Amino acid sequence: MFTGLMLNTWITATAVAVIAGVTGFFAVLRGSSFAAHAIPNGAFAGAAGASLLGLNPFAGLAAFSVAGALGIAGLGRRARHDVATALTFVMMLGLGALFVSWSTEYAQQAYSLLFGEVFGVAADEVLPIVALGAASIAAIAVMFRPLMLSSALPEVAEARGVSARRMELAFLLVMALATSMTVPVVGALLMFSLMIGPAAAARSVTARPLAAIGLAVGIALVTVWTGIVASYQTNWPLGFFVGVLGGVFFLFGRAYGAGRRRMAVRTAAA
Amino acid sequence: MLKYLFEPGFFSSGPVHTAVGVGAVVAITSAVVGVFTVTRGQSFAGHSLSDIATTGGSAAFLAGVNQFWGYLAFGAGAAAFMEMTGVQRRRGRDVATGVVLGSALGLAALFLYLGTLRSSTTGASFTILFGSVFVLTPSTVPALIASALLALAVALLLARMLLLSSLSPDIAAARGVPVRAVGAAYLMALGVSVALSAMVIGAVLSTALLIGPAATALRVTKGPVRAVAVAAAIGVAATWLGIVLAYDSYYWPPARHGWPVSFFVVTLIVGGYLLTYAHPRWRRPARRDEPDPEHACSPA
Repeated sequence: MFTGLMLNTWITATAVAVIAGVTGFFAVLRGSSFAAHAIPNGAFAGAAGASLLGLNPFAGLAAFSVAGALGIAGLGRRARHDVATALTFVMMLGLGALFVSWSTEYAQQAYSLLFGEVFGVAADEVLPIVALGAASIAAIAVMFRPLMLSSALPEVAEARGVSARRMELAFLLVMALATSMTVPVVGALLMFSLMIGPAAAARSVTARPLAAIGLAVGIALVTVWTGIVASYQTNWPLGFFVGVLGGVFFLFGRAYGAGRRRMAVRTAAA
Repeated sequence: MLKYLFEPGFFSSGPVHTAVGVGAVVAITSAVVGVFTVTRGQSFAGHSLSDIATTGGSAAFLAGVNQFWGYLAFGAGAAAFMEMTGVQRRRGRDVATGVVLGSALGLAALFLYLGTLRSSTTGASFTILFGSVFVLTPSTVPALIASALLALAVALLLARMLLLSSLSPDIAAARGVPVRAVGAAYLMALGVSVALSAMVIGAVLSTALLIGPAATALRVTKGPVRAVAVAAAIGVAATWLGIVLAYDSYYWPPARHGWPVSFFVVTLIVGGYLLTYAHPRWRRPARRDEPDPEHACSPA
């Protein structure tokens, strides 16, 4: 279970969980779950286009995820955010449908892009993923304070000269960066589940940002590791375990948060 | 002129007739429900429900039940679940939707995997996602129309209360509108209509028809009634034009087996939306923190 190819799986999955935990915290805080769903899912159209042109699929994924981030941020300036995301997303998928219909033999690859091939990670894929993960976490660390401020208190941030629009674009680009490398390995579906479930659970347990980020990363790691073991034993897809565990952790987090609030009310009353 | 627009055989083809009829029904229902969806800021829920409904489709496939029931059960069930996990509050809405969607997609992965174990249908995930109006089974058409009418009836019955509670939940509550119950009923209607349209035209096109025409209409009109009418017209026009183009594209390069309908319809819808930015009168920027969309859509 810890040899050869499986070792690659463990390293990659750990890196992906850390990236997902950190970016997911901000996605949940900013209310960008829809973008977190749309960018990885829509980027798969880019891989289809790249394979049509005979390019490296990573190039297509990167191009489409960045285009998606720009589209969401650009349209979102004038329209409502969820509408901008929905329209960018359907446009990307529409193009994806076109590319796939041209290339005919792509359907099988589409499945693996949506649901991932985490057990078939090649050795030369591990380093780029870890490097990219480090880069996106470094980017978030650099803009941590303004990003935090503009996510939690947009008006105060604007007053202090932090442009909400620019922060939105920067965050979406980091998400696109994190996405383009991880999607072929873990799948668009898994990336989304890992970003939202653990971060949402962490947020309902603690309100302090650093603690919540740490907790989100921790939950994401536990989710992925449990998922890998379970998937290795049962042969069922990893995406299933990660998706369901994310939901379970969220419910636990909500129950814990609600319980603690009730306790606080009781102590205040006593 | 017309000869160049419509390839020979367009008007005598059976699948085209069904596609044109069903496409119009779905486009109108989506547009009406979509105006409320956009006003309430629930695009993400609208899209998620269509994705989740497709999970129901693969579950039904596994269980050997008619897919129709799978779509319907998962669409309505997911709507109820979202309602319970807090979709009614603006702040928690997006996360609750995301968590429900994530879990459902996990289930989809499992069902599709188990499905491929049983039969070698690797293309299933693809068809489920993208669908096609040209390969409808005629037996689902009456059920589709019935569910479309149901969703339309709910949306129209609740229209006034829905608009008021979308624009200002506090005023609505003060006036005695059961905000939560109205929201729940509406979400169920959304679940049913989206599930059925996802089954017929695929999850992508279902989202496009729900959000695109409604968002465009809300930009160019004032007042909900006109917005609904314009949205329905845009939706039907885009769908029909998309079908015509897809039919024409049969001999187009490079593959020579037709371009997908969803590509044409999505492009037309998004293109139409972008056009509203070109006209100076419609180019008023919307502030994101306003409770209402582009133009105030006041309850008339």
